[in-house]
Amino acid sequence: MSKRIEVRDLNVYYSKFLAVEGVTLEIEPRSVTAFIGPSGCGKSTFLRTLNRMHEVIPGARVEGEVLIDGNNLYDPDVDPVLVRRQVGMVFQRPNPFPTMSIRENVIAGVKLNNSKISKSDADDLVERSLRGANLWNEVKDRLDRPGSGLSGGQQQRLCIARAIAVSPEVILMDEPCSALDPISTLAIEDLIEELKQQYTIVIVTHNMQQASRVSDKTAFFNIAGTGKPGKLIEYDETTTIFSNPSVQATEDYVSGRFG
Amino acid sequence: MTVTSTPPETGRRPAAAPIANSLTAGRLPKGASWTILGSVLVVSAVLFGAIALTTGEFNWVGAIVVGAVLYVPAIWLFSSIVEGRRRAKDRLVTALVTGAFLLAMIPLISVTITVLSLGLARFDADFFTMSMRNVTGEGGGALHAIIGTLLMTGTAAIISIPIGLMTSIYLVEYGRGKIARGIRFLVDVMTGIPSIVAGLFAYALFAIFFGPGVRLGIAGAVALAVLMIPVVVRSSEEMLRLVPNELREASLALGVPKWLTIVKVVLPTSIAGITTGIMLAIARVIGETAPLLIAAGFTQSMNYNMFEGRMQSLPVFVYTQYANQGNPAEAYLDRAWAGALTLILIVMALNLIARLVARYFAPKFGR
Amino acid sequence: MSTAPAPIKAKLRLGDLVFSRSALFAGSMILVTLAAVAIFLIVQSIPALFATNEDASILTTNFWDYVGPLVFGTIWAAALALLMAVPVSIGIALFISHYAPRRLASVLGYIVDLLAAVPSVVFGLWGIGVLAPAVVPVYAWLNEYLGWIPLFSGDASATGRTILTAAVVLAVMVLPIMTAICREVFLQTPVLHEEAALALGATRWEMIRIAVLPFGRPGIISASVLGLGRALGETMAVAMVLSASHVISFELLTSVNPTTIAANIALSFPEAYALNVNVLIATGLILFIVTFAVNAIARWIVDRRKEFSGAN
Repeated sequence: MSKRIEVRDLNVYYSKFLAVEGVTLEIEPRSVTAFIGPSGCGKSTFLRTLNRMHEVIPGARVEGEVLIDGNNLYDPDVDPVLVRRQVGMVFQRPNPFPTMSIRENVIAGVKLNNSKISKSDADDLVERSLRGANLWNEVKDRLDRPGSGLSGGQQQRLCIARAIAVSPEVILMDEPCSALDPISTLAIEDLIEELKQQYTIVIVTHNMQQASRVSDKTAFFNIAGTGKPGKLIEYDETTTIFSNPSVQATEDYVSGRFG
Repeated sequence: MTVTSTPPETGRRPAAAPIANSLTAGRLPKGASWTILGSVLVVSAVLFGAIALTTGEFNWVGAIVVGAVLYVPAIWLFSSIVEGRRRAKDRLVTALVTGAFLLAMIPLISVTITVLSLGLARFDADFFTMSMRNVTGEGGGALHAIIGTLLMTGTAAIISIPIGLMTSIYLVEYGRGKIARGIRFLVDVMTGIPSIVAGLFAYALFAIFFGPGVRLGIAGAVALAVLMIPVVVRSSEEMLRLVPNELREASLALGVPKWLTIVKVVLPTSIAGITTGIMLAIARVIGETAPLLIAAGFTQSMNYNMFEGRMQSLPVFVYTQYANQGNPAEAYLDRAWAGALTLILIVMALNLIARLVARYFAPKFGR
Repeated sequence: MSTAPAPIKAKLRLGDLVFSRSALFAGSMILVTLAAVAIFLIVQSIPALFATNEDASILTTNFWDYVGPLVFGTIWAAALALLMAVPVSIGIALFISHYAPRRLASVLGYIVDLLAAVPSVVFGLWGIGVLAPAVVPVYAWLNEYLGWIPLFSGDASATGRTILTAAVVLAVMVLPIMTAICREVFLQTPVLHEEAALALGATRWEMIRIAVLPFGRPGIISASVLGLGRALGETMAVAMVLSASHVISFELLTSVNPTTIAANIALSFPEAYALNVNVLIATGLILFIVTFAVNAIARWIVDRRKEFSGAN
């Protein structure tokens, strides 16, 4: 079900500006990997290259390879649309479609692709996905209400349900809790723990406690100064990163001495 | 607050007043501006009353206008005596600014009253069920003009909505660099085309195929479309830009192709705004007279065929009824005003519906 | 990495291809339409440019003598209209943005916008039926007491259908668009600037003079130029209100008035034949060029201050 991600020598550009330089790492299937680092170090930019969302921004380019189970995402004849169906994404701010009900939001990925789906299959999918996102019990009575009427944390779980409804292999999360209150954050963290059983999860976070709570491995990104490219400094088991990092900059960062 | 009694006393009182009153010193009493306004109106009325003694007719409009004009120096004078230069200037500007607004209300109210009072004379069943064929003098109606307006405006909408909407989609979703900048500039240029030039263009275009002197409904529709397209592009572009980028990204991240993202996420989110823009664009061109006069001409008879013969429209009907008055002239003018009333009602209705659509069907973003 | 990296190559889906191409096609239709407008007008105009009174009955000598007074009239009427509309629209905009209670502001703005909803032919009817008779005594008074000013000299018109009346109607018609732009810009004045002025002890007018007007100046200018563009091209109201002659005259109150290009076309076109049609189309081309230039200037001013572009 879930897949292994290998990144080799990846450079990421915005037009002429080199945003991330020379990243090489491997992400194991069915694990949670956290990207941490100061603002502007390119961790979100890097995350977006993993499902080719990066190229949505005009002028964006990459060099190097991203392999998912050995297939390079950036091969010329790869369809980014198909990539994104395998690698789902959850964004910083919850973004349910305002014109759709909760139910429609969940099956949006299927419906928007013009696929035919029978009513009972759709009902199944909605229930499965919402249960998967720990949201079913809260919304089962109001599936036809607009998704934008939910609380922030519920909206974010709805977005996760929407992402898992297209049955991806990998889920990317770009600071999924930064717009949420602590209780909602806890709910999402619990959910990540469960999702790990089935999916490969990559999460960008500013919150180091969160990284240490939810992730198996942690990658620390840093930036030498404004206008310089972001780099992968250290990538290791989360416990190692937080207790016994091998690079001084990592230790400074995780112990709160800078950034 | 003892100072704020009557103006002449303020000069002497401050010396005896408590210190705290230095903050309130030298202000006109509260209702002073109204009192002054009332007095100048009375003065003006007396003035016009004196004139009325010689001419025998009291010009109440003139009295109010002159009174209002007199108020400006009056409030300035009183205020500068009591409150000093700066406050006087402030009051002067307040009077002028308020006056500007009231001034703009005069034509609005006057047009409304005139159109209602003169238009209702022929605002009857005949007016909406008969054409002007074989009608001289009284009777007749504007059915042919209403049908013509609907046909031509409808055709113009059918031409311009797809072009305008797709252009705005191009500008917002695809357009980058030189081409997009060029198109945006040309849309702006097109916005500025005088309506009569659009009429000349449509005429010149069809004269090539049908020979000189051609007047067709479709030519009128083309002229209106030329005027309508830039309005549709502008308003739709603005609405599409209001759609948060996060929604596009959410859809793309689900593995939805870009064009389906646009059709199924971006457009439904902005459809209320786009509809409003289109209705306002229709409202704008439905009152156009000059291009239709040039391109579609005028006629007294029904014509359902866009591709053959002249076609009447409501604005041109109003114009021709006024311009070619027959005998009795009253009947022609009554029809012109009734047409004007109909036209205004249609435009107002379109405006109103457009605003209601914008208010009630816009999606609520959850933040 | 010395070579510049190649842009991301992606397999294009058929749906995407069709959709983006049709969007581009629609965009190019704008280009085609405008080019067509220009080309057709030019082609139809060329025979007229060298025509004389022997070819076209509408001319008295040659084309340029014919178009001269029309260009003058067009610019003169628009300038007069603008002279009245600019201060009034600034006043209305200030009233709505800074004087009227905030709750009323949008309602008042809507009421002013209602003026824009009145079709020009209705304004034309109103101009002849209501405004022209109403101004006759005013014109007589101006003529009698201020007749020594060249603008008010000559014999006052008995119908009131003069260039000044036409300009008043034009001013009323361009008011809503100008007010809307000014209002938008005034409302964008940084509150900090306004409060800074008030905190210095400024009266409301001083605050407006210090903070609002300097900030809004580019908006006022572009509103004026856009209003000018509208006034130049407006047809029916002038055609109906004005009792036109083919002259160049600065007198505002007489019954001998210059007419505008647009009004002249509207009045002459229905009966025009042969080369006369080309002459009228050529005048239309000149109008197109003038308004094009005016709008280009407006656009240039707006582009220098991008944030105001949303107003139109």
